[in-house]
Amino acid sequence: MNALATILPALDELPAFAPGDRVHVLNRAPIGHYRVPIYLRGHVGTVVKVIEPSMIDNEEEGYGRNAGGKRHYYRVALPLPKLWPHYQGAPRDELHVEIFETWLERA
Amino acid sequence: MAGPHNHGHDHDHSHDPIEMADVPGYYEVMETAIRELLIDKGLIAANDIRRQIDVLDSRTPAVGAQVVARAWTDSAFKERLLADGRAGCEELGITFYDDTQLIVLENTEQVHNLIVCTLCSCYPRPVLGLPPDWYKLKPYRARAVSEPRKVLAEFGTVIRDDVEIRVSDSTAVVRYLVLPRRPAGTEGWSVDALAAIVTRDAMIGVIPVTVESPLTLENEAA
Repeated sequence: MNALATILPALDELPAFAPGDRVHVLNRAPIGHYRVPIYLRGHVGTVVKVIEPSMIDNEEEGYGRNAGGKRHYYRVALPLPKLWPHYQGAPRDELHVEIFETWLERA
Repeated sequence: MAGPHNHGHDHDHSHDPIEMADVPGYYEVMETAIRELLIDKGLIAANDIRRQIDVLDSRTPAVGAQVVARAWTDSAFKERLLADGRAGCEELGITFYDDTQLIVLENTEQVHNLIVCTLCSCYPRPVLGLPPDWYKLKPYRARAVSEPRKVLAEFGTVIRDDVEIRVSDSTAVVRYLVLPRRPAGTEGWSVDALAAIVTRDAMIGVIPVTVESPLTLENEAA
């Protein structure tokens, strides 16, 4: 068999989530530079796209650290009426945002 | 939640009036000191800074308008642009000097896209240049994600309830460009003629492109 056909990528090279996956945005409160707006934390959304290529952690990079391995960002859709209790609009209105893998867990 | 504004990062802000103050401010002094040190140490040349200003000046909404007009007239290009916004723009020679990715969001009969950066002022600078002041101010940033229909209505854009509003909050490495709907009555127009009616605000998603308004009224607002 051709050796190219059996190459295995390392686990951290593969995205942990796929389009359609339900994800929970972690409700953490780190001190310092962060990229996940507070209004989204703790909410549940759906992955709509894996952003390629994988990238270093933007938050760590802000402190001059590259935090080792790269991970993926995911474009996540969250329903606006669930984000805002008094939301005035259509039920299908959505918020889309890119979230780094370390902020997500399977919902 | 929102404490004192943190100036420890490198995004631009619009706090100070645009005028020459008698005494330079704290950050102006700091910028000058760092710039002079970098030049003294030979890490950069004064000409490098002038060059970067020229780079930024070469990015205007007219660049994004060319991308939109091309997508309107070339369906194969549009497909590639929607699949990978950065690669599509790079085809036209647009470089991404800030190493951001780009997602192009297509407005359709069913979906209206709006872009915002709630954290600061992330904006597709390689294709649109500098963001307008209102884009960087808190009222737009806070309200675009919580009451987008009301914000749009204030821009004169009323979206029917059966059309989904999709707000994209640009917070990290991805930037967005809205691909507006091509207005009726522009059949057969050239790319340049189409580009002339595509405005900055339409590519942010706050207004549609219309045949009647070839240029924005931004000069009046300035």
